[in-house]
Amino acid sequence: MLKKLTQLAAATAMITTPVFADEAKVKVGMITTLSGGGSGLGIDVRDGFMLAVKGNDSIEVVVEDDQRKPDIAVQLADKMIQSEKVDVLTGIIWSNLAMAVVPAAVNQGKFYLSPNAGPSALAGKGCHKNYFNVAWQNDNLHEAAGGYANSTGYKNSFILAPNYPAGKDALTGYKRFFEGDLAGEVYTKLGQKDYAAEIAQIRASDADSIFFFLPGGMGIAFMKQLAQSGIDLPVVGPAFSFDQGILQAVGDAALGVKNTSQWSKDIDNAANNKFVADFQAEYGRLPSLYASQGYDTANLLISAMDKAGVSDADAFRAALKAADFASTRGDFAFDKNHHPIQDIYVREVIKEGDVLTNKIVAVGLENRSNAYVDECKM
Amino acid sequence: MSITLFIEQVLNGLQFGFMLFLMSAGLTLVFGVMGLINLAHGSFYMIGAFAAAAIASWTGSFWLGLLASLMAAAIAGALVEMVVIRRLYKRDHLDQVLATFALILLFSEATRWLFGAFPLYLDVPAILSGSLTLPMGIVYSKYRLFIIIVGILIAIGLFLLISKTRLGVRIRAGESDREMIAALGVNISKLYTIVFALGAALAGLAGALIGSIQSVEVGMGEPVLILAFVVIVIGGIGSIKGALIGALLVGLTDTLGRFLLPALFGAFLDPASATSIGSAIASMLIYILMAAVLIYRPSGLYGKMA
Repeated sequence: MLKKLTQLAAATAMITTPVFADEAKVKVGMITTLSGGGSGLGIDVRDGFMLAVKGNDSIEVVVEDDQRKPDIAVQLADKMIQSEKVDVLTGIIWSNLAMAVVPAAVNQGKFYLSPNAGPSALAGKGCHKNYFNVAWQNDNLHEAAGGYANSTGYKNSFILAPNYPAGKDALTGYKRFFEGDLAGEVYTKLGQKDYAAEIAQIRASDADSIFFFLPGGMGIAFMKQLAQSGIDLPVVGPAFSFDQGILQAVGDAALGVKNTSQWSKDIDNAANNKFVADFQAEYGRLPSLYASQGYDTANLLISAMDKAGVSDADAFRAALKAADFASTRGDFAFDKNHHPIQDIYVREVIKEGDVLTNKIVAVGLENRSNAYVDECKM
Repeated sequence: MSITLFIEQVLNGLQFGFMLFLMSAGLTLVFGVMGLINLAHGSFYMIGAFAAAAIASWTGSFWLGLLASLMAAAIAGALVEMVVIRRLYKRDHLDQVLATFALILLFSEATRWLFGAFPLYLDVPAILSGSLTLPMGIVYSKYRLFIIIVGILIAIGLFLLISKTRLGVRIRAGESDREMIAALGVNISKLYTIVFALGAALAGLAGALIGSIQSVEVGMGEPVLILAFVVIVIGGIGSIKGALIGALLVGLTDTLGRFLLPALFGAFLDPASATSIGSAIASMLIYILMAAVLIYRPSGLYGKMA
């Protein structure tokens, strides 16, 4: 009996020893968009993340390109979970991809830290204890835009967004805070680049303002075509169409546009100043909000690793929930559905020398959480 | 809905249609003359846009950029034909699809390597920016009008080229009987290179023209390529006339559908679901059109009966 016990103890020791050695290590699987349309977003998230974990030996990152295709993202997630044995997944930019990957991953006991997509389905009824969103709930920036439109006195907005989960969240978010009327509400095809038909409708309507959510190349196309059309209505939108990566491609058509963001490079705190300086030194370009989200995601992970090992899921989860890290945004906390409570700013596009960039002109919403907290049973 | 709004949308549809025509003319020629499926046609569109953006920002002249787009795409087309495509004529279509798909990946990665992953800046020239007032008080963008005019000129040019010139005779002969014109002493491989380069140049021009009002980025060619295939299937493979009619049909159907369908559903549904159902069906409309054409004319509107 005693012999058996000693054997058992020895066996347990043999099993547990390598685990102890790996205790401090975390393997991260990053699935993000690195090729094709929209790759600028994924590259910024990756670069921000990598900047924060640079020189950190206890984090191993596997990066894969989802090509903005849900089926490929699902295959990559399976591969990362089953053969790479990652502990934490992150990186997805697009909400439709997040909806395809996140529920399955968290149900297999993996942690998912979202550096971008925050679809309402994952904030409300579909929330999960292992899912943390470090960026925002999709509606947030649009809600701030709606609030800003009220305070500026817009009464009749024409609103448009692509027909996919984040597009619906966007218009819902704007309408939740905007008190005026809608001159028109249009869903465009995801990836659409020609907005002549929509712009003609805007011209024919009696709108006094335009709200749009068209991330990446879609926004560049819309802004350029709007400027060409001779329509002179004020435009308000979330930061996605005015981030650092695409402003130069929009050109002067973007000057003066108000956009809402949880981050801006001129937020004055030590973490952000260091981030902006380090990012420029490392990559030779100004960071975008996506880069800041990648950076914050990595720092959140590091803060949790300092408190608990990833193998102790409950302790690790509690450490993530505490969000005990210096965010580039300043104050940052998780609400009970694991989405941020944070300030959303209103920024204006300006020119610094020859470079188009953003500066904060007002606080849009203070300590905003999200509309889905109560739907989340967690 | 006012009549001016409707006319403006028809103009938008025509502009979109002529753009598709520039893309599909090359595609249909290459398919008709050489029997080759070229998936990499979208890459020439991208090459044209990037060449235009690079040259325009370097020299400050949009027009030089436009010229550069034609030349760069034509040169890329000729090179691709001589190095890769030439080996594929005798292979079956699946091999051609595989090889030209590989070309898409090569071109996309090479472009990213050269220019980076972020979109480039290309804007319309000052003389064409802004809009002008047409009769009946229609306000329309000068640049889009310019695209329509360029499209009409190129359509006329291509018809003259095919029907009046010696090259055109050879192209038509190549379409009907490849072996025979080779036997008659026509240098068929030179002819193929010229046709391929011509098609690529038109795609490059389309890329530059559209890049200045949309965005110049890696992967911009593939969505257009799919539409161009729809156009040549509707028009009949190998027919320039078919490509023109097909392109205008697709352009008008897509633009008017996007704008009329949500309004139509709005008559009996609440606004939110009308817009979402209307726009969902609008995005299927050109494929429904294609299916309908194929039911009544299986080889397209102007295709040769098989």
